[in-house]
Amino acid sequence: MNSTWRILVVDDEVAMRESLAAWLREDGYVVDGAASGREAVEMARAAPYDIYFLDLKMPPGIGGIETMIEIRKLQPEATVVIITAYATVDTAINALKEGAQEYMVKPCNPEEISLFVKRTIEVKNLQRENQYLRQKLTRHYSFQDIISKNAAMHAIFELVKEVASQRSTVLIQGASGTGKELVARALHEAGGRASRPFVGVSCAALAETLLESELFGHEKGAFTGAVARKRGKFEVAGGGSIFLDEIGDISPKLQMDLLRVLQERRFFRLGGTEEIPMEARIIAATNRNLQEAVERGDFREDLFYRLNVINIRLPSLCERREDIPLLVNHFIERLALEAGKQVRDVSKPALKLLMDHDWPGNVRELENTVERAIVTARSATLDVADFDFLAQSPRGGAKWNAPDGMSLAEIEKHAVESVLDRTGGNIKLASEILGVDRSTLYAMVRRHNIPR
Amino acid sequence: MLIGLLPVEGVAGADMDALEAFVTRHYGCATRRLPDLAMPADGYDAHRSQYEATALLKAALLVRPADVDRLLVVTDKDIFIPMLTFIFGQAQVEGPTALLSLARLKQEFYGMTGRRDLMLERAHKEIVHELGHTFGLVHCQDRQCAMALSINVTNIDIKRDSLCGGCARNLAGRLEALGW
Repeated sequence: MNSTWRILVVDDEVAMRESLAAWLREDGYVVDGAASGREAVEMARAAPYDIYFLDLKMPPGIGGIETMIEIRKLQPEATVVIITAYATVDTAINALKEGAQEYMVKPCNPEEISLFVKRTIEVKNLQRENQYLRQKLTRHYSFQDIISKNAAMHAIFELVKEVASQRSTVLIQGASGTGKELVARALHEAGGRASRPFVGVSCAALAETLLESELFGHEKGAFTGAVARKRGKFEVAGGGSIFLDEIGDISPKLQMDLLRVLQERRFFRLGGTEEIPMEARIIAATNRNLQEAVERGDFREDLFYRLNVINIRLPSLCERREDIPLLVNHFIERLALEAGKQVRDVSKPALKLLMDHDWPGNVRELENTVERAIVTARSATLDVADFDFLAQSPRGGAKWNAPDGMSLAEIEKHAVESVLDRTGGNIKLASEILGVDRSTLYAMVRRHNIPR
Repeated sequence: MLIGLLPVEGVAGADMDALEAFVTRHYGCATRRLPDLAMPADGYDAHRSQYEATALLKAALLVRPADVDRLLVVTDKDIFIPMLTFIFGQAQVEGPTALLSLARLKQEFYGMTGRRDLMLERAHKEIVHELGHTFGLVHCQDRQCAMALSINVTNIDIKRDSLCGGCARNLAGRLEALGW
């Protein structure tokens, strides 16, 4: 709808001002006129416009360029077109240098001005959409969305606020499903990098060579299949944040490459000779105990210290059981809407069942459980019967005994094999059943050499 | 609803007859032909060898009879507004007056053999367009709708002399609101 866009035509010549305004009104825009630069600035101050057409020469008072500078102070994002009947290269360069988006010599072809306005509105529409989506994302990842009344979680929120604007590397440690990516995004959104990209990489999901190319990019011909130059995630992240998930699973060679990037803050694309500065902030995360991995010699100590400048350890859901009612209500509110179901509440016995349950898959598992219950629910209140499937799982009501002599690693292997078998190798489904994210499941498959 | 037709001096009487017949047929309302309007003294720009649309519209407003709901001013002169090299016509959005120039609708303007039928066909489309503005319609994205913006004759030739479904419904609603 063009009627949502406002245009101001500023010219001391009444015929010029009125006729251009009338022509633009035919497109449905809301168009006003101002007879001087001062009047234009006052009008902009009262109610901002999206596009300003400013005549270069407007005696007496302030001219087009000065008017533009004043308007820009009020509205840095405004689109300004300088128009003149006396075009010179100098005035054109000056107008563009001072920030005009376009310089038009009157009279101009109707096609020229029509296309310019159309293109400008298209860009502004995209900017509005982008702004809306960003706000939505900000809301989604804001602290308000990491729901908790747990003291340890509140201390984490404070820490995130404190360090969000710094460049220091952050290491987030926590079991699968505790919300490591949510905290990483909150770190990004709360700092000065929010307007720049947040780039996530799941280190466990990719093979070593692929991960290398994914992180650093490659030049054309760097390896078989490198048919064109590709920018890596470090480059794409620019001055934003790069989130390296499952950092504990990267190979020794990549550990060394990453250490070099952290030390020198520059890198090369694979097969490249051009040095590229690394401006992004690194946020790493792992569900493994990196200190133990260092002691075992699986993870470089120097890299660990480089990553662990600021450490955030997320508690498991069992450590913050008081959050379960809050989280359940939050998930019902969101997921019932998405599923188009009329579910609004959870009964007290059902809530007790959820409070007493162990949640090895943490918040993600709780979310999946609530979602599954909503999908099959027949009334507006979730009841114990809606969570019957929890009792059917081995960790439900019945006591489960581990086979004699079986290590935890072996149990994990059997569990993964069995679920993958049941889902026909469907990683997404299997990860949901196991209550881990896909990258964790990929890491488990690799760790246990499970054929797929 | 009464639509007045005001020829600016120089427009052929036969052309005005054809345009008036179209307006009567298209809108199914009464029309009134007004006496020729003399070109206003400030209407001609010798430097551009063109006529200024705003001066013509202002002069037309001075002679518009009070009972005429919409006034269509027709000239065969090439018209302009200061910002643009030319315009086919101009209208007051939700206002009483619309202006149409036949100059660039003629094949002769582009060095080709004249075709009156084509010129009239183009004029019909632009009449629906400019009067559409006076009823409050704005440019339409449907390139075949008469309310689509035309910046050359090819654009006009693509259009129909009628409105698309959306614009037609919009117009019907507006006319109903006006009691027409």
